[in-house]
Amino acid sequence: MTELLDQIFVIVKHWLVAHSPFWLQSSISAALSAAAILVVFASLFALTTILERKGLGRFQNRYGPNRVGPFGLLQPVADGLKSLTKEDIVPHSADAALHLLAPIILVTAAFLGYAVLPVGRNMVAIDLDAGVLYFFAAGSVIELTVFMAGWSSRNKYSLLGAMRAIAQMISYEVPLILSSITVIMATGSLSSVAIAERQAGYTGIWPHWFVFTPWGFAGFVLFMIAAIAESNRSPFDLPEGESEIIAGYYIEYSGFKFALFFLGEYIGMFAISGLAITLFLGGWSAPFSFLSWVPSYFWFFGKLLSLIAVLIWVRSTLPRLRMDQLMNFAWKFMLPMAMINLVTAAVWHFMQSGSLRWLVCAVLVAAPYTLLGRGLMQSKKLEKRVYRFAD
Amino acid sequence: MLGEGILKGLAETARNFLGSYVSKDRLTTVQFPEERLPQAEAARNFPFLVYDGSDWQAGLRCVACQICEKECPPKCIFIEKSKDKKPDYMGKPQFYPAVFNIDVSVCMSCQICVEVCPFDAIEMDNAFELSTCDRFGGLLWPKSQLAKSNDYFHQIHPTAASEVDERLAEAKTKADAKTKPLAGAASSTSPQPESASTT
Repeated sequence: MTELLDQIFVIVKHWLVAHSPFWLQSSISAALSAAAILVVFASLFALTTILERKGLGRFQNRYGPNRVGPFGLLQPVADGLKSLTKEDIVPHSADAALHLLAPIILVTAAFLGYAVLPVGRNMVAIDLDAGVLYFFAAGSVIELTVFMAGWSSRNKYSLLGAMRAIAQMISYEVPLILSSITVIMATGSLSSVAIAERQAGYTGIWPHWFVFTPWGFAGFVLFMIAAIAESNRSPFDLPEGESEIIAGYYIEYSGFKFALFFLGEYIGMFAISGLAITLFLGGWSAPFSFLSWVPSYFWFFGKLLSLIAVLIWVRSTLPRLRMDQLMNFAWKFMLPMAMINLVTAAVWHFMQSGSLRWLVCAVLVAAPYTLLGRGLMQSKKLEKRVYRFAD
Repeated sequence: MLGEGILKGLAETARNFLGSYVSKDRLTTVQFPEERLPQAEAARNFPFLVYDGSDWQAGLRCVACQICEKECPPKCIFIEKSKDKKPDYMGKPQFYPAVFNIDVSVCMSCQICVEVCPFDAIEMDNAFELSTCDRFGGLLWPKSQLAKSNDYFHQIHPTAASEVDERLAEAKTKADAKTKPLAGAASSTSPQPESASTT
């Protein structure tokens, strides 16, 4: 019974494909996977917009939107209608083709990443041998579209925003990929399906998720920080700069194109959270062995929603990082930590299982963190501020 | 330690989030117009005319002395005295305002009219939801719109209203004490039913 529930979508899809004409079968299979991804993640986007606004409201001691439906749940409908009916203004001297293409390519590239995320047991759109590599390649197209948006608007502030955005995104790609390399080393495969399956075992009741190892924990934290920076989300939302340069690189966009940028940003956020879940948090596997009767897709989406909640929490807590602080953090802190993490993962792999391995790897993670943190803070000479008043 | 401040900040916002579901001081929103905060007792907006009893025309305290009209700095009060007289709360016949208009778009809520009124006939109201679609006629309030009962005055400014009532009652007893012995000397029975009916 639990097997049936777990594999229900796979069974339904196979049935539908088997009952279609032979020459159409591969197209129908692909179309079904694509449709499922679009429907599920677009609904998740609508849900997240309202959850985010209500959540941010509660974090800030206020209600979120609560006028549109019961508890404001129809707010995304109102937002969607508003963005569809707003006038689409394109600046006269703007590069019209690029201006139109940027949001479209952004959304397309963001959705492409989902093809390799296993949302459940046997539930992946394409089982690529180099799945993680494909994911990062699709993610890099997003950086290009950000620059397209900034350049095509023919607005110097928009261009500044775009330049800052790509600088940020490129700098954070490095720790992102380096931290995911530790997982690839541990699994020995670039395939996301293999990585998820590798973490699906249990020792007693404890899962084999990579986050429960010292190098996995450090890698997860580094990956999530880099993921927040990649999706231009607070505290790394300087390119967007909601309160400073209005909207940064998409300042000249209005109406539906703006909604597409918004959609693209959130879809990218879900995709990269999904990859974090696949790489570090065990993908679709349950947290304890006695809970494995619950369907696998339930666990994937549960973990995804928890990560989204944490991202909203972080957004409401931290102030925005300045450009130089952001870049310093990426190159001077995260890159060395990610490289040391590679060494830690290798040490973990080659030592024998036991408490000595744990001790050595924990020290290898904690010591550089403390020393590097302390060293970088000292160079700033932060002291208690003393004020002298003119009397 | 690096990251300690961030963790403390996250704990604080988590307290905000969870506390907003349980305690009122972590969710300070007052959803106007369904909910309203009570106004301070001394809050004031525009003036209104006080009337005693239930008939606003008979019980209006204003005797059209026009002191408030003269003292008003932006000159937003317009008064026309009546030709006949009607008895006030002490029984004495007084003039009354045939026309009493306040232009609320000019009024600056300085309360000078209240301070100079010798009859406590004009007081400050605290109603603020006064939007109208007509910015000329709709903001010129006549006597009928300005007259509000003494009970309403007690509701919005209880301390001030009780103090005014005390003062007026005292003045009345003193006036009665003066007229009673005189009336008692002239005729022994007629003042008593009169004073009993006017208290």
